[in-house]
Amino acid sequence: MSLDSKIPEGPIDQKWTKHKMDSKLINPSNKRKFKVIVVGSGLAGGSAAASLSEMGYQVKCFCYQDTPRRAHSIAAQGGINAAKNYQNDGDSVYRLFYDTVKGGDFRSREANVHRLAEVSSNIIDQCTAQGVPFAREYGGLLDNRSFGGAQVSRTFYARGQTGQQLLIGCYQALQKEISKGGVEMHTRTEMMDVVLVDGHAKGIVVRDLVTGEISSHAADAVCLATGGYGNVFYLSTNAMGCNVTAAFKAYKRGAYIANPCYTQIHPTCIPVSGDYQSKLTLMSESLRNDGRIWVPVSKEDAEAIRTGNKKPEDIAEEDRDYYLERKYPSFGNLAPRDISSRAAKEVCDEGRGVAPTGLGVYLDFKDAIGRLGEDVIRARYGNLFQMYEKISGDNPYQTPMQIFPAVHYTMGGLWVDYNLQTTIPGLHCLGEANFSDHGANRLGASALMQGLADGYFVIPTTIANYLADQKPGSINTDMDEFTQAESTVKERIEQLININGSRTVDSFHKELGLLVWEQCGMGRSKEGLEMALKRIPEIREEFWTNARIPGDANGVNTELEKAGRVADFLEFAEVMCTDALNREESCGGHFRLEYQFTEDSDEVKEGKTQAGEALRRDAEYAYVAAWEFNGVGTPPTLHKEELEFENVHLAIRSYA
Amino acid sequence: MNLTLKVWRQKSVHDDGLIETYQAKDIPIEASFLEMLDIVNQRIIIDGGEPIHFDYDCREGICGQCSLTINGIPHSKERGVTACQLHMRKFKDGDTIWIEPFRAKAFPLQRDLMVDRSAFDRIIAAGGFIDVRTGSAQDANNLPVAKTRADSAMDAAACIGCGACVAACKNASAMLFVSAKAAHLNLLPQGAPEKDKRVLGMVRQMDAEGFGNCTNLYECEAVCPKEISTENIARLNRDYAVALAKEATV
Repeated sequence: MSLDSKIPEGPIDQKWTKHKMDSKLINPSNKRKFKVIVVGSGLAGGSAAASLSEMGYQVKCFCYQDTPRRAHSIAAQGGINAAKNYQNDGDSVYRLFYDTVKGGDFRSREANVHRLAEVSSNIIDQCTAQGVPFAREYGGLLDNRSFGGAQVSRTFYARGQTGQQLLIGCYQALQKEISKGGVEMHTRTEMMDVVLVDGHAKGIVVRDLVTGEISSHAADAVCLATGGYGNVFYLSTNAMGCNVTAAFKAYKRGAYIANPCYTQIHPTCIPVSGDYQSKLTLMSESLRNDGRIWVPVSKEDAEAIRTGNKKPEDIAEEDRDYYLERKYPSFGNLAPRDISSRAAKEVCDEGRGVAPTGLGVYLDFKDAIGRLGEDVIRARYGNLFQMYEKISGDNPYQTPMQIFPAVHYTMGGLWVDYNLQTTIPGLHCLGEANFSDHGANRLGASALMQGLADGYFVIPTTIANYLADQKPGSINTDMDEFTQAESTVKERIEQLININGSRTVDSFHKELGLLVWEQCGMGRSKEGLEMALKRIPEIREEFWTNARIPGDANGVNTELEKAGRVADFLEFAEVMCTDALNREESCGGHFRLEYQFTEDSDEVKEGKTQAGEALRRDAEYAYVAAWEFNGVGTPPTLHKEELEFENVHLAIRSYA
Repeated sequence: MNLTLKVWRQKSVHDDGLIETYQAKDIPIEASFLEMLDIVNQRIIIDGGEPIHFDYDCREGICGQCSLTINGIPHSKERGVTACQLHMRKFKDGDTIWIEPFRAKAFPLQRDLMVDRSAFDRIIAAGGFIDVRTGSAQDANNLPVAKTRADSAMDAAACIGCGACVAACKNASAMLFVSAKAAHLNLLPQGAPEKDKRVLGMVRQMDAEGFGNCTNLYECEAVCPKEISTENIARLNRDYAVALAKEATV
């Protein structure tokens, strides 16, 4: 099947307007006849469910949490971008578009990114009207801050909990629609499969996580807004329950997965302290506005710090290496996430890391406190400092924070066209779960923007292009397709319960996570990826013969829930590594050790870039890699969507 | 460190519950409280038992899903933290720790330490929103909001909906939750048009869900992981009285 991205004709700044004009409409009296299923209740799913219901569609929304307000969008700290130019600092829709394409290392689809930048302002208006308490200035108008990867201040924020406040706005809109009868909400319910009728997505099979009951739901279209797959690495900043299951089931039914190798490693997380660790905690990137990142110049000093013989205060100014400021003078500590993360890894690989494990760098507020005073710093970051102290036991007002990169976000996801429809007709994909807007690297404060853009402003328009050709209400759950899907789901659960082995599900998840972190994490190589691709099926095989899932499937059984998700990660990891192996270049979150600039490269000699920077190969790899399922253990088939850059000139990404 | 755990076990709402004793040996002092339970659970599973079921998701103190009563206090005696942010360095070697669910009539138990807090969702659905259709908003800067007022709204909006306030109250009152949710919207000009309707709707739903009355004990404020102030309760009482009086005169 060839990939038709359905990008509208015309100049970049008129594509979305033209597409809205050309999109099909469904009149209000007909909308109420259509049923739409939305899986996931985060910023993308919640905003889609609420907005579609407001328009008159009958919506069913599902989430695994005990209430839609807990979806992991809630944990986003820093902010949300919008091209409002309230700061009069030269921002515009075009600049946000440009920054996002460049930040994504020229691997995103221009038309989608421009649309995202266009609707960014509407998002701020909508959220403010809902009562989202964004930070304000004394004049009563909205405040902004700057964020990684940008030289303008376009980020709107609500203390250190922007994600929670945006999600509450979206959740309240959802509850409003639930009270009006437009949305039927199913909490503590996990999607187990998507059901196809005549090749179209027409429903889902779910498991009630309280009673264990398996049931089916039919609809005229299905939207997946189920987040990213960062938990394939076991340790990440994702919530414990985040999983790839819904997207992966769709993949197994024929939806393509695009660019799964693009994973974002966030530079500012609290370092790992032991093997009992269940998750990693992010410290907002906004800290990089005032914090300075450094390690000792000498290995000896670093060693002395690690063994407790020296304290950071003992290292003289000239013995400190503020490596981001040194390497990227114009962006400094605000260099994009992929660059900052890799730079931290490099200095730690050189033996200059500072945490007891050697895997940590300093984020120091001493200068900022000296310049602005402790009160200003407390007002800006008080809750983050407090959170850091609770976890680490150190007081960052007095001693620098220790940070290290951790898996945070996944740019890859289900392939979608301009209408956000996957390769399965009727199956749409929104938010982090799709692949479309961030290319190979996402800029800070853009995840919230994309989730809400998809849910509030894109899908409400584009879903009609599919629905208008459908006969509403022609599907019911008595059809064979549903009964068959239900029995497949039940069989798999039965299989899991009956393994009765001797290792816990977590032990398999940790083993897989460590493997992909080492071979498909911050640095990847052909050799390492081939090793991982050999090892993953072995772990999977042992899982299916030696995992221990206690209890039964009738009622609450959290080990069974985990087992189902880990089983899918064990299949998904192969697709991710296959994609990483195929992409013989470095770009954004995908860094192939074989492809980097060296001291001998012409571009380095000419001063266009630095040694160690990612070497993109545009002639060969300026495409979206979309993978088609061929069976578990069988390599997937690659489909390419060539990327065209008509507006942003393909260039070496330089932040120097 | 080595600990003795006394944990509430209950297969489902239909079964009887009891306190079981577990030995938590060799727990790293840097582990979080929930990671300590993970370690205990891994050992229970290997020994052929069923693990202790408890709620969690983000494990960074913001999603509000974790809900443990630790030594009789929701989220433990530490101020301003959720159970997932509690670290074992706050305990001593040899301690005995009692772990129970958030108990309240309006929070029916689901399994072991997991409870059903959907009553909170229904309270929000009864008026805890601003009715603004997607796409109909004006420019965000057309409506200035005084910084002090916006900050007060933000203080109230910091509530994570965990329900510790209810579990700590001997009346199982939800007043801190409801008042914080109402105050967030009532303090803002955007929330003004629906203020009376909101307050009446939310308070009536709260009563219908079986939450108790507030008798000003302030236990809720003491356990709130986001340190939400009981000033919001005073605001809600005032707003409710006004709304009630207006309703009577219509």
